[in-house]
Amino acid sequence: MSTMSTRIFVILALAVAVGLATAVSPYASANPDGLEKVAQNKQFLEDGKLHSIQDDSPIPDYAFPGIDNERVATGLAGFVGVLFVFTIGYGIAYLVRRRGSGDRSGVHA
Amino acid sequence: MISLPVALHIPDGFLSSGVAAVLWVVAIAAVAVGLRVANRDLDEARVPLLGVLAAFIFAVQMLNFPVAGGTSGHLLGATLAAVLLGPWIACLVMAVVLVTQAFGFADGGVSALGANIVNMGVLGALLAGYLVTAGEKALPKSRSAFLGVVGVVSWLAVMVGAAATSFQLAISGTVPLDTVLPAMLGVHALIGIGEAVITVAAVGAVLTARPDLITLVRFEPSPVGPAAAAAARGAS
Repeated sequence: MSTMSTRIFVILALAVAVGLATAVSPYASANPDGLEKVAQNKQFLEDGKLHSIQDDSPIPDYAFPGIDNERVATGLAGFVGVLFVFTIGYGIAYLVRRRGSGDRSGVHA
Repeated sequence: MISLPVALHIPDGFLSSGVAAVLWVVAIAAVAVGLRVANRDLDEARVPLLGVLAAFIFAVQMLNFPVAGGTSGHLLGATLAAVLLGPWIACLVMAVVLVTQAFGFADGGVSALGANIVNMGVLGALLAGYLVTAGEKALPKSRSAFLGVVGVVSWLAVMVGAAATSFQLAISGTVPLDTVLPAMLGVHALIGIGEAVITVAAVGAVLTARPDLITLVRFEPSPVGPAAAAAARGAS
């Protein structure tokens, strides 16, 4: 058994993430999560609010705006979100990565 | 009618401004260390991993799974990130996910963003970094022992995050500690099992495909020798 290349590994892992966020997230449990349930039961949920700048969130509550079908709206939100997070994470890593000689992957430098 | 997953990280209004501010400082400090560690340790071959790990955690955080009593839970992901990229770079990964959720998806507050980064990211990542390394020293160096430690630590990381959130809510005067702590620990004891299952499955998959990409692995995973691993890393 040989190891797969980093490129294949990254493509496969990203495909899994895109698939989960796009195709599976519309079928996730809609029950309140742990903190929300506790906040309900202990009566402090009403204290929660959005910051005013979040009124302009591009995709509020994981529902892509302008789409009537809720499952499609959620799946599209997941698709966009995953690719955005991938790009930002990759970009930050690229900017701050170790540079220079003396490391095992110096062939890329 | 279907209602949709609306994940709830800590919104604004749950924490006092003092508590929120302190946690913002802690979060920024952890991210700053993460950036420095990445600058020191993150080699070229691992650059895409940071992106793909953040993407995976974002995706799986959307997958709320049902636990008892009409409640759901979702992955936090700090242990997964810490095992794969080390605890400090994990703080960076979690911050990328949580900042995106707050500003892009209105999930979690803005003044509470520091708290969310600390509770779901920093605490779990540092705990996992310490305990997984300690566990490897104490236990046999095998795949099953490693994954066992990862599972237990995943669960613990969720419990620590839930306890920290409870203390912050209590200090903020939102809810008494003796009310919120048992409730938070009770539900997160179940959510933590989900965290452990997902984290062990993901780490197990990487251990099979590319064990050399797992920062916290200290033993030599069986199918691949270090020479093959180094070659694979260089051949990307």
